[in-house]
Amino acid sequence: MGKMIYLDNAATTKTAPEVVEAMLPYFSEFYGNASTVYEFGGKSKEAVSRAREIIANAIGAKENEIYFTAGGSESDNWAIKAAAEAYGDKGKHIITSKIEHHAVLHTCQWLEQNGFEVTYLDVDEFGVVKLEELKKAIRPDTILISIMFANNEIGTIEPVEEIGRIAKEQGILFHTDAVQAFGQVPIHVDELNIDMMSSSGHKLNGPKGIGFLYIRKGVKIRSFVHGGAQERKRRAGTENVPGIVGFGKAVELAMANMETRTAKERELRDYLMERILKEIPFSRINGHRTSRLPNNVNICFQFVEGESLLIMLDMKGICGSSGSACTSGSLDPSHVLLAIGLPHEIAHGSLRLTLGEETSREDIDYTVDAVKEIVKKLREMSPLYEDYMKKNSPKG
Amino acid sequence: MYSEKVMDHFKNPRNVGEIENASGVGTVGNAKCGDIMRIFLDIDDNGIIQDVKFKTFGCGAAVATSSMATELVKGKTIQEALQVTNQAVMEALDGLPPVKVHCSLLAEEAIHAALWDYAEKNGIKIEGLEKPKDDISEEEEEEDY
Repeated sequence: MGKMIYLDNAATTKTAPEVVEAMLPYFSEFYGNASTVYEFGGKSKEAVSRAREIIANAIGAKENEIYFTAGGSESDNWAIKAAAEAYGDKGKHIITSKIEHHAVLHTCQWLEQNGFEVTYLDVDEFGVVKLEELKKAIRPDTILISIMFANNEIGTIEPVEEIGRIAKEQGILFHTDAVQAFGQVPIHVDELNIDMMSSSGHKLNGPKGIGFLYIRKGVKIRSFVHGGAQERKRRAGTENVPGIVGFGKAVELAMANMETRTAKERELRDYLMERILKEIPFSRINGHRTSRLPNNVNICFQFVEGESLLIMLDMKGICGSSGSACTSGSLDPSHVLLAIGLPHEIAHGSLRLTLGEETSREDIDYTVDAVKEIVKKLREMSPLYEDYMKKNSPKG
Repeated sequence: MYSEKVMDHFKNPRNVGEIENASGVGTVGNAKCGDIMRIFLDIDDNGIIQDVKFKTFGCGAAVATSSMATELVKGKTIQEALQVTNQAVMEALDGLPPVKVHCSLLAEEAIHAALWDYAEKNGIKIEGLEKPKDDISEEEEEEDY
């Protein structure tokens, strides 16, 4: 294959060369265990501390509130299960939304099987959590609100500040899955009243297999992985030193260029959406138009099925993703698209394109031209399109 | 994930289109589940399938199985076409991933539905053909996690 246009940065990102460079010495040169007493191990310990400091500063937290994990899913699991365990005496009710990542949804469903009650809040047609519903859902036994910072599929940024305020007023813990948002939008845990926050390295040009959970000082949750004193005895296991170093570097880079990078992405994102809406009939944008991650585009093409669209895009060297049933491995299309009220048959025709730092205007033009051609081709062989056109033709 | 044959039939689907005044047309599937297949048959007075076309809304496997099914029945008698099972379609495509087996069932069903339509239009009964279900994709169950 020749040219590749990578537009699936919400799935994972390219590890930045600076990140790889920063990590390399911690494989074969400074490979010491950070928990040892000798000076050699101290090198690793120092590197971990530096990364922790960078990350803490990036979100307005203290260093001892950052706990490294193996990634976003572990962080979500830990935050929710451990909060349920620690605060289960106070109550057994949790509030989340219908559009969370499965790391949150499946964890909540697991807790439901273990004596907890969970309210899954509806969202509006743009994917925004309804604050009035949140207020109504709060009960005396509510111990945790877990609402994502921004949605991974449709890019909608949730009203985190308002949710944080409501949680604080009611004395309820607030956890947010910021896996997609961190590095894309400014986050300050104190200003937003966030008690716990999940993040992942590989979504912001860092390495895979490393994440963190921010736990506000005073939140009593305990260890999820037992077996050692690492991470202030809250997460055992020898530190993934190269991963942590790489994550730190990635966060440093993301914070330094956030404004220019996201401004460029936002411009290209809007250009991509405008062109598609203008040039491809029966298409619609999913998610909020403005309160949206700068790199996310999610569109539905009526009468077309997502997997077919993805394979044909792949044949043209374009990597994207879809919320169709065929790509989710089940018969139902994406729970997020259904939650914003799309009928099944339209949700099957969704395409998510997520831009990155290296995406150019030429890439976008090439992609729109390709999508246009493919959608036309797929519609020509679609019985749904045939029926629609016959029903709505001027003659009929 | 797909065999070369599946990819070939997906990239260059055979017999895409419609037949005007077709002898029989069958549509099966369910847009809710993401697959709809429509098969058009042109059957001559000797009961030979002279031409066949299809239209499909669905994934790569749905398109490829429709395409292969049309190839397998073209030029055949009605009885021969009835012998084109989902297994035959799958084998001709060098297999399908387990989650896509229902696509081949849909292809078999679409052929049957088109033959059923032909029989009804002509007031005849085709030996061995049962009234097709119009939706078969609900049968599969999602695995537990």
